[in-house]
Amino acid sequence: MTPPPTKPARHISRKPLAERKLLKLARPIIIIVALIATWQIVVMVTGAPKYMLPAPYDVWLALTNRHAVLLDHAGYTIAETVIGLFAGALLGALAALPMALFSPIRFWLMPILLVSQAIPFFAIAPLLVLWLGFGMASKIAMAALIIFFPVTVAFFDGLSRTEPGWLDLAHTMGTHRWRLLTHIRLPAALPAFASGFRVATAVAPIGAIIGEWVGSSHGLGYLMLQANARVQIDMVFACLLILCAFSITQYFIVDQLLRRLLPWQPDSLARHD
Amino acid sequence: MTYTDAKTPNIKHIPAPTDSNPTSFDVHLRGASVEFNGTSLFHDLSLDLSANSFTCLLGPSGVGKSTLLRFLAGLVGDAASGTITCSDKLPLAGRVAYMAQQDLLLPWRSVRENVVLGAVLRGEKPDFSRADHLIAEVGLGKAAHMRPAQLSGGMKQRAALARTLMEDRPVVLMDEPFSALDPLNRMRIQDLAARVLHGKTVLLVTHDPLEALRVGHKVVVLQGTPAILSDAVIPQGTIPRDITDPAILSHQARLLHQLGAISPQTGATEAPQ
Repeated sequence: MTPPPTKPARHISRKPLAERKLLKLARPIIIIVALIATWQIVVMVTGAPKYMLPAPYDVWLALTNRHAVLLDHAGYTIAETVIGLFAGALLGALAALPMALFSPIRFWLMPILLVSQAIPFFAIAPLLVLWLGFGMASKIAMAALIIFFPVTVAFFDGLSRTEPGWLDLAHTMGTHRWRLLTHIRLPAALPAFASGFRVATAVAPIGAIIGEWVGSSHGLGYLMLQANARVQIDMVFACLLILCAFSITQYFIVDQLLRRLLPWQPDSLARHD
Repeated sequence: MTYTDAKTPNIKHIPAPTDSNPTSFDVHLRGASVEFNGTSLFHDLSLDLSANSFTCLLGPSGVGKSTLLRFLAGLVGDAASGTITCSDKLPLAGRVAYMAQQDLLLPWRSVRENVVLGAVLRGEKPDFSRADHLIAEVGLGKAAHMRPAQLSGGMKQRAALARTLMEDRPVVLMDEPFSALDPLNRMRIQDLAARVLHGKTVLLVTHDPLEALRVGHKVVVLQGTPAILSDAVIPQGTIPRDITDPAILSHQARLLHQLGAISPQTGATEAPQ
């Protein structure tokens, strides 16, 4: 028996493999250089003063000259985001599971979930600071809250859409509700949970930053507010850049990890990048 | 092009259960009625499955063949009614293995792990040596540790067949299990199924008259609204039958005519009305 043949490429004419690999590596660099160039051109054309829109070089100076302060505060924000991400995902999974398994819980919990989404998170941030203090706890709670809903909905969806044929098969084999859950429904829902977790990864830093804006003594959000008040706009930009770099890195790590952990999930785009 | 099923593996015939064997019993379905969206698919239908033989249920799409099979498998809820009795006075529930048109393999489990799924779902210790034996029997020895995504359509249905055999139930209900395969693979797996399921009481639902005539000890046709079962056609010869046999071909022509596909005089395809 020979192995199955590889799928034919979707496009008939394609660039050679080496060229495509080079392009794949160069693409982020090209995008970053183009963005910085556009930024520089905007500054030069508009002649914006440094306290309105600093040039890329000014921001670079802020990054290098004050890296100790920046890194110190970034550490707080990163810790809040990562802890909030895992706490929120865990809570989301724990909420979705009973909702998918027991319909009475579903009928009572779903409206509460929807109501929780109707409350603007900006509005409850001050309350969280009031209840949990100026420290990291209120920011972790904020990040966890903001990702709770997407994770819960994605996982619940995955759990309630088990392939009916699998359930039929399990029924004829004779199974128990819990073994059906652990061996079929849970693993079948993991790709959906992963989608929710990816969204959460991208959104979690926003929660932490909102928490820091409302009331804190540490973190990039706090640093940005301070710098803004002192018209150190180059410092604001430096904070933003660090935040972007962290968010992208975090997303990339999570995405790769999920791909490796769930190698069976359908992913038709990845093969044709 | 097929690369999967280079040869049908040579396997020993499994001895048919004797009269004293308790796993040998007839199945009688009486007074079966199914309503679907307020209209009656069929009413007061009777179907007999003779012990240790293949009964093929033929009929046009949507006539209720699958519903009938699913009723026997205990997979239809309130929509159907009827009584199922076995000649040994024991209930049929729990003595049925089910195979569907989709392979229903779990994508996160290897072929081997899929084959032992029944035991896992029942909380029993999986018999891997028997699983390996059956996997080799269906010609997937080299693919035992592959995931379903790495298999061709024919290989997947072979794995599903091994999983069905692993259940070792006296009655096997198959719902168009080979209809998604190309003709060559379909014939090979028909041969294989006829051999490995020898001695089981099998109900095979199909829309392919030739498939029914190849492997069926008895062929019954379900058609009309509400649907009724026609008299059984019992082809001669050993199973799997030779499809170039003129007797089989004339049976096929008669069945196609009965199903309304061809006119008796010319043999030409009738235009749809």
